[in-house]
Amino acid sequence: MGTASSHRRLEILRSMILVRAFEDRLTEMSRQGDCLPGMQILSTGQEAAVAAVRVLREEDVLVTNHRSHAHLLARGADARGLMAEIMGKATGVNQGKSGTLHLIVPEVNALMTSTVVGAGPPMAAGAAFAQQYRGEESITAVFFGDGAAAEGSVHEAMNLAAVWKLPLLFVCENNRWAGAQPLEVHFAGESLAARAASYGMVAETVDGNDADAVYEAAARLAGGTRRGDGPAFLELLTYRMHGHSESDHQRYVDPEELRLWARRDPIETYVTRLTEEAVCTGPQGEAMQREAAEIVADAVAYAEASPHPLPEAALDHVWSRDSRQGGNAPTSPHSREVSASPGA
Amino acid sequence: MRTLFGGQAVNEALALAMEMDPRVFLAGEGVGVSIHDNPMGPTHGLLERFGPRRVRDTPVSEAAIAGLGVGAATLGLLPVVEIMFFPFVTLASDMLINHAAKFRYLSGGRTPVPLTVRVKAGVGFQAGCHHSHNLEAWMAHAPGLKLVFGSNPADMKGLLLSAIFDPDPVMVVEELGLYRARGVVPEGDVRVPLGKAAVAREGSDVTVAAYGGAVRTALEAAESLAEEGVSLEVLDLRTLVPLDRGAVLASVSRTGRFVMVHDATRFCGYGAEVAALVAEEAFSELKAPVRRVAAPDAPVPFAPTQERFYKPGAADVVAAVRSLM
Repeated sequence: MGTASSHRRLEILRSMILVRAFEDRLTEMSRQGDCLPGMQILSTGQEAAVAAVRVLREEDVLVTNHRSHAHLLARGADARGLMAEIMGKATGVNQGKSGTLHLIVPEVNALMTSTVVGAGPPMAAGAAFAQQYRGEESITAVFFGDGAAAEGSVHEAMNLAAVWKLPLLFVCENNRWAGAQPLEVHFAGESLAARAASYGMVAETVDGNDADAVYEAAARLAGGTRRGDGPAFLELLTYRMHGHSESDHQRYVDPEELRLWARRDPIETYVTRLTEEAVCTGPQGEAMQREAAEIVADAVAYAEASPHPLPEAALDHVWSRDSRQGGNAPTSPHSREVSASPGA
Repeated sequence: MRTLFGGQAVNEALALAMEMDPRVFLAGEGVGVSIHDNPMGPTHGLLERFGPRRVRDTPVSEAAIAGLGVGAATLGLLPVVEIMFFPFVTLASDMLINHAAKFRYLSGGRTPVPLTVRVKAGVGFQAGCHHSHNLEAWMAHAPGLKLVFGSNPADMKGLLLSAIFDPDPVMVVEELGLYRARGVVPEGDVRVPLGKAAVAREGSDVTVAAYGGAVRTALEAAESLAEEGVSLEVLDLRTLVPLDRGAVLASVSRTGRFVMVHDATRFCGYGAEVAALVAEEAFSELKAPVRRVAAPDAPVPFAPTQERFYKPGAADVVAAVRSLM
């Protein structure tokens, strides 16, 4: 493989290592009691999905969900702003309004993050429609899980996207769990990709723990949708190594299954392969680990030192013109403050 | 003065908005090619005029229609999506309540959703309760979502224009019966500001607040009570969120009596909020208790005799007013 692909693979690895370091720290802090408010929903074991994010161009739109840290970090979101938001601080990307569950990061074109399972795809169809309407070459990618794939909204979105040939890449991280329900309990078809294909779109299933396979399939599918072939669906077969959230102790999971998937850890697998293929040297890998640890330590220090938002700022941002009067907000009917460009 | 039917007034607002701003597009079930070939219909002729890029017939998928609107609005377009009848809003409610209404807030002010959702409402067209069910109180209960409900063709046009160009998501409720009611409608881009009520009839004894088709009910009652020497002030709220509290309180301070009228059911209806406002803020001005005239707490019946019985009429308003005098 050439230098460009080596560089790209190293960047994917760097991203995966950062995500793991960031989330391992969240695991650690959530075990320390009152360090973190709320729940923590992590992508531990699913980090190879970042390869699908790395396929996107700067102008593309990312729609993610409650399990979003991997996508956002891979997209280039600032670790400080994310960590501060997760801690509910005023310096967070959403000034403490979102927390970990609905992180919205406009500077990386992640404008709509939803915790309502299955809500992402219909909104992503809207974003892709806007791109098509304006004649852009950009696309939208929406990430969701096998659990979400059972929601009617996902099916409405797949149908609409296929009928209108929208530039939309559906990325389904099939981590085999919907809450405490295993795949066998909530899905009876051949594959999630097969179901998507029935709507009239290209659909593929790949090993979701193999970053190269994820990248290659995502690049191929994104390329087609960018060329105007209509939507595409990528199913990543992976595994949720932690519980639904960090307070879920996975008593319903067979420990042997966890051991089996631990042997297929996406980061260890990738490090081994890149080392064997002489793409990554031992010192390079160590440097990535060190760098990730530094970024995370800096983010935590920044977030801890940041102020809490003012309690009364809870009433900000409900309406276009901030008002503390609830439903009686003053309005400007002639306002045209809407920007025509994405990321506004 | 030029008169138009309500449906034509809506149509004119949509056409004008599309002419003025290329970011405006329409989407919904049959907004282009409709099963109702009605020249007075709100989207009649717009597909022919603006083409299929901007007038989009969708699959029968309310969640996707609303999601389309949220996503496109977030990226800077000005979508006008249609949910055919008010009860179908339940199918789109996740997109409207959890997403359109909350994204600005969740994002710390960084994701505006300038979406307009048009919905047809009303009681009295013999379609039963899966087509007739005024759910405005549900929508009014979602902070972040504005809500308008016009009572005449001019306001239907002016409120819709304001909604389309407002930076917040707005649900525009259209009273189906008004599509075939005539009224004077100003030409051109004449907007009715959001959040401003209008005095539909001046009076001195009792304030009767209403919106949508119920304004006509209130006006009929005012006409009949005038013959008895009782003077009603009819306040057309026009915008339900944000409510024009000042207009309600100012009127009550003049009359000292308050009656709220709507076609939606009574329990937890929109009138309960307005009644509470009057009780909390104007108690000392009141000469009598507040009264609500609303539909009974039952689904809208089909049988024409029952539907007529069910819908609040001028006689109900008259009775409520008499109980205060």
